[in-house]
Amino acid sequence: MTVPMNKTLTERIFGPKAWTGLAIFAAIALILVPVLNLVVPDGNALHLSTYWVTLIAKIMCYAIVALAMDLVWGYTGILSLGHGIFFALGGYAMGMYLMRAIGREGNYQSDLPDFMVFLNWKELPWYWVGTEHFLWAMVLVVLVPGLLALIFGFFAFRSRIKGVYFSIITQALTFATMLLFFRNETGFGGNNGFTDFKRILGYHITSPTTRIVLFALTALFLMGFLLLARYIVTSKLGRVLAAIRDAETRVMFSGYNPLPYKLFIWVVSAVICAIAGALFVPQVGIINPSEMSPANSIEIAIWVAVGGRGSLIGPLIGAGLINGVKSWFTVAFPEYWLYFLGLIFVLVTLYLPRGVLGELQGLMRRGLLQKRGERA
Amino acid sequence: MNAAITEESPAHISSGGSAQPSALGGGRPVDPTQLDTTHGVILYLESINVSFDGFKAINNLNLTIDRGELRCVIGPNGAGKTTMMDVITGKTRPDNGTAFFGQTIDLTKLSEPQIAHAGIGRKFQKPTVFEQLSVFENLELAMKTDKGIWASLRAKLSGEQGDKIAANLKLIQLEDQAHRPAGLLSHGQKQWLEIGMLLMQEPQLLLLDEPAAGMTDAETERSGELFLSLAGQYTLVVVEHDMDFIKQISEGRKVTCLHEGSVLSEGPLDQVQNDERVIEVYLGR
Repeated sequence: MTVPMNKTLTERIFGPKAWTGLAIFAAIALILVPVLNLVVPDGNALHLSTYWVTLIAKIMCYAIVALAMDLVWGYTGILSLGHGIFFALGGYAMGMYLMRAIGREGNYQSDLPDFMVFLNWKELPWYWVGTEHFLWAMVLVVLVPGLLALIFGFFAFRSRIKGVYFSIITQALTFATMLLFFRNETGFGGNNGFTDFKRILGYHITSPTTRIVLFALTALFLMGFLLLARYIVTSKLGRVLAAIRDAETRVMFSGYNPLPYKLFIWVVSAVICAIAGALFVPQVGIINPSEMSPANSIEIAIWVAVGGRGSLIGPLIGAGLINGVKSWFTVAFPEYWLYFLGLIFVLVTLYLPRGVLGELQGLMRRGLLQKRGERA
Repeated sequence: MNAAITEESPAHISSGGSAQPSALGGGRPVDPTQLDTTHGVILYLESINVSFDGFKAINNLNLTIDRGELRCVIGPNGAGKTTMMDVITGKTRPDNGTAFFGQTIDLTKLSEPQIAHAGIGRKFQKPTVFEQLSVFENLELAMKTDKGIWASLRAKLSGEQGDKIAANLKLIQLEDQAHRPAGLLSHGQKQWLEIGMLLMQEPQLLLLDEPAAGMTDAETERSGELFLSLAGQYTLVVVEHDMDFIKQISEGRKVTCLHEGSVLSEGPLDQVQNDERVIEVYLGR
């Protein structure tokens, strides 16, 4: 019997092919795209417009969310149908900074954000204090969703709420928070949310250079989170998570307390989502409560199901595919998009239960076996 | 058959009580959370009551198991055998009564993982293994070690731990299946894997709920031999229905018959089988 020897960390995280793939992706995102956008002049056939740069960056943000979802759903078996809330809260924290960074360039030339002037507020609510500092806003991006996930997760997991009950509660959480944010009195701009951003760290938010920097940052975070996720799922902790998904009682009787394990992956996932939201808002230029609508969170689960649960790469592909199709479809046949999305979900559940990636891998394995058979 | 083993194990019991701490992973300082079996008793249940919505699943149950014993527990359906195991492993809290592991560990105050840590391993009626993980990984997770999250995140398998797993794989005869997902094993193999996982935990007391269910005759007999070889070094409580199997493993040992949540009869198998009350609950009504 061969005992698998301890591999080095780089070997453990990815095989050589995957590392090559990651290097190619890095080269495209960090060198090729910036060159095509900034250096190749407008009008040249190879020029990549800022519209495309922003669209790809937006999809990369969604891919990060799908990755976070796969950690809790694919690997630990916890289906969250409220992950949109963490994304939105991260976005709102970033949005608070961006609103403050407008300064007196707003319509009312006031120190207060426009919507507060409009509501006749004389001073900032206490929770807005310090948001003019970028670093404090970044702390909020991590802290607020992280704490919410910690508290919510602690009570839910301690009460051993599982399966569909947990999913329903997460839906209720995001829905209730959406209603709260719709109210003007909550102090987050009501149903209009935050928009009309001007600058980030002093740079014009719409300038091509800023856009490319944000694009590159998004790509870096995507790659970083992918490596972090691989580090977690290939560790013994990752195997305990899979064990919790398969047979939680056996895990308990083996001497593990599942609560801290579930809480850990739940909070990590929430924080990753929040950072994706914070990257999303300056590039898309708006954040409003509709990001917390239950349908948005369900869509996240669909990206993961379509790509293939429990593979990390699959959900990235799923998020890319669905959102790619969506940006074309919502222009061509806007009123049919939701029907189409539902149809995709049904078809994937029926015919591709392992998702696109899972089926591809299955096909390749069968192909290899056949080849071997022919040779023999 | 098994004569050598059965003759050997009582010797283990008599010397295993307190005189042989090294063989029992002893040499530890005195600590209330550590197992203390200086008086030879490893499990002590007194006046345990459990009721579910008025139904008395366990009714004033008294049971003592000595260190190194292999105790078979029989009884008709609904006698409270599984509920008793639930009480011992912390899954169900008794309404009242005392449950002690050794002399110092109060089982009614601990959670399931804490009880597992203290040294009680449990095999379920339906084999429960981690289906998506390989046989090797199943054993790796069960292995006695620091089971906190940070330790798990940084854990690396040492050569010694690898050897332990390899030795275990040999014992449960799953060496060639080591890297297959556990979900692909046969029913009997899953039972063995679960027993292997229990042993990786290095428990003091093993609770086995119908360990021979769904096994072929040959597998059953091998299981019997395995349990006999474990008795003495470990303490085993086996709940079974298969009377041939019980005969195989209970020679010269005590058997307990439960009925309606309390002990009906206790003693050698012949005596229990010929007890009028036992015959009545099995055949009567």
